[in-house]
Amino acid sequence: MCGAKAGGPDLAGVDVASETIIQGSVTRDGEPVSGYVRLLDEGGEFTAEVPTSATGQFRFFAAPGTWTLRALVPGATVDRVVAATRGAVAEVAIAV
Amino acid sequence: MSRSDVLVSADWVQDNLDTPNVVLVEVDEDTAAYDKNHIRNAVRIDWKKDLQDPVRRDFIDQAGFEALLSAKGISNDDTVVLYGGNNNWFASYAFWYFKLYGHGDVRLLDGGRKKWELDSRDLVDGAEVPNRPATDYKAKAVDNTIRAFRDDVVAAIGNKNLVDVRSPDEFSGRLLAPAHLPQEQSQRPGHVPSARNIPWSKNANDDGTFKSDEELKALYEAENVDLAKDTIAYCRIGERSALTWFVLHQLLGQTNVKNYDGSWTEYGSLVGVPIELGSN
Repeated sequence: MCGAKAGGPDLAGVDVASETIIQGSVTRDGEPVSGYVRLLDEGGEFTAEVPTSATGQFRFFAAPGTWTLRALVPGATVDRVVAATRGAVAEVAIAV
Repeated sequence: MSRSDVLVSADWVQDNLDTPNVVLVEVDEDTAAYDKNHIRNAVRIDWKKDLQDPVRRDFIDQAGFEALLSAKGISNDDTVVLYGGNNNWFASYAFWYFKLYGHGDVRLLDGGRKKWELDSRDLVDGAEVPNRPATDYKAKAVDNTIRAFRDDVVAAIGNKNLVDVRSPDEFSGRLLAPAHLPQEQSQRPGHVPSARNIPWSKNANDDGTFKSDEELKALYEAENVDLAKDTIAYCRIGERSALTWFVLHQLLGQTNVKNYDGSWTEYGSLVGVPIELGSN
C-alpha cells in the first residue's frame, strides 16, 4: 500500500441520506498510520472505536451533534472536534 | 481467584509464545483481522462461524464446543489465553463461553490486540498458522448460572441490578448500534427500565487494559450498584456485556452476575415489554 488516500473510505453501498457519517484518515508526514480512532460523545464518553485501514482511513455512523475523534497510534494521541449532521459526510483529516 | 489467574500482561504473553500447554487464541469482531496478521503461534476462533449455531439464534452446544476445541488442538489442561481487537470485546465473549463450558484455565491478554499493536510488538503474517494436532476435548455441561435469558431480565426490572454497558447514546435511544456500524435496525431504541448505564469503556484505560480492582470497585459503588444483589449485564449482542461480566465476576469475584447475550437486539424486539428512553 503506497501513500495515504485523501478523505475517508469509499461510500459505495452506504445509505448516506439516512446516516450521520464521520470519516477521514490518520497520517504522519503524509503517510497513513496504523492505529485506532475512537469516537467520544459530548460528555467525553466512549461511543465507538475502529482500527485504521491500510490506507489510514476510518468511518463512524453517529448521530447529529458534536463529537470528538481521538486517534491512538504508537507514541501519540491526537483529538479533533467534529460537528456531524444527518445525510452529510463530515470528513476529518488527522495528522499525528 | 485473583486477577493474575484470569488476566495476563503483554510481557507475559511475549515470554510464553513457545510455552507448551499455553495456547494463544485470537477472537476478533473483524473476523478477517487474523488473516492480515496475528501474534505468533495464535490460533483463531471466529465468533460468528465457530461459536454460533448456524441456523437458530443460540450458542453451539456442548458437542459443538468439544468439536471446535478438539479441531483447534486445545486440550482440557491447556492454559488458554484469549485476545482480540476492540478492547477484547469478543475475546471476553469467548472467555465467557469457555467458562460456560467449564474450561479450567482461561485468561485474557490485558489490552488485547490494540495494546499489543500500540506497544509496537511483533505480529506475523496471516498465512503463518501454527500446526496444532487435533485433541479429544471434553466440555462440561453448560453452566447457565452465568447466563441470563429474556424472562430473567423482565423479572429483574426494579429489583435486581441491571447494568446496561452500551454507550450513553445507545442507552438513551439516540443510537441503535455502536457508532462503527450502520444505524438502521429493526428493534426499538432505549433501555430496560431501572437499568443503570455504566458503559463498558469505564472499565478500561485508553489502551484497552483494565483499570485496577480498586478503581473498578469505586466505579460501581459510585454508580450505586449494590454488588450484594444479583446483577445482569447486557449490551446490544452480549459481547461488551461479557467484558463487564468479566470485570464483575472474574476480577471483582462477584459470583451472582450473569451476562444477557440476547441483549438489546432481542429485548428491543420483544412485543409488549417495557422500554425507557433518555439517560440515567
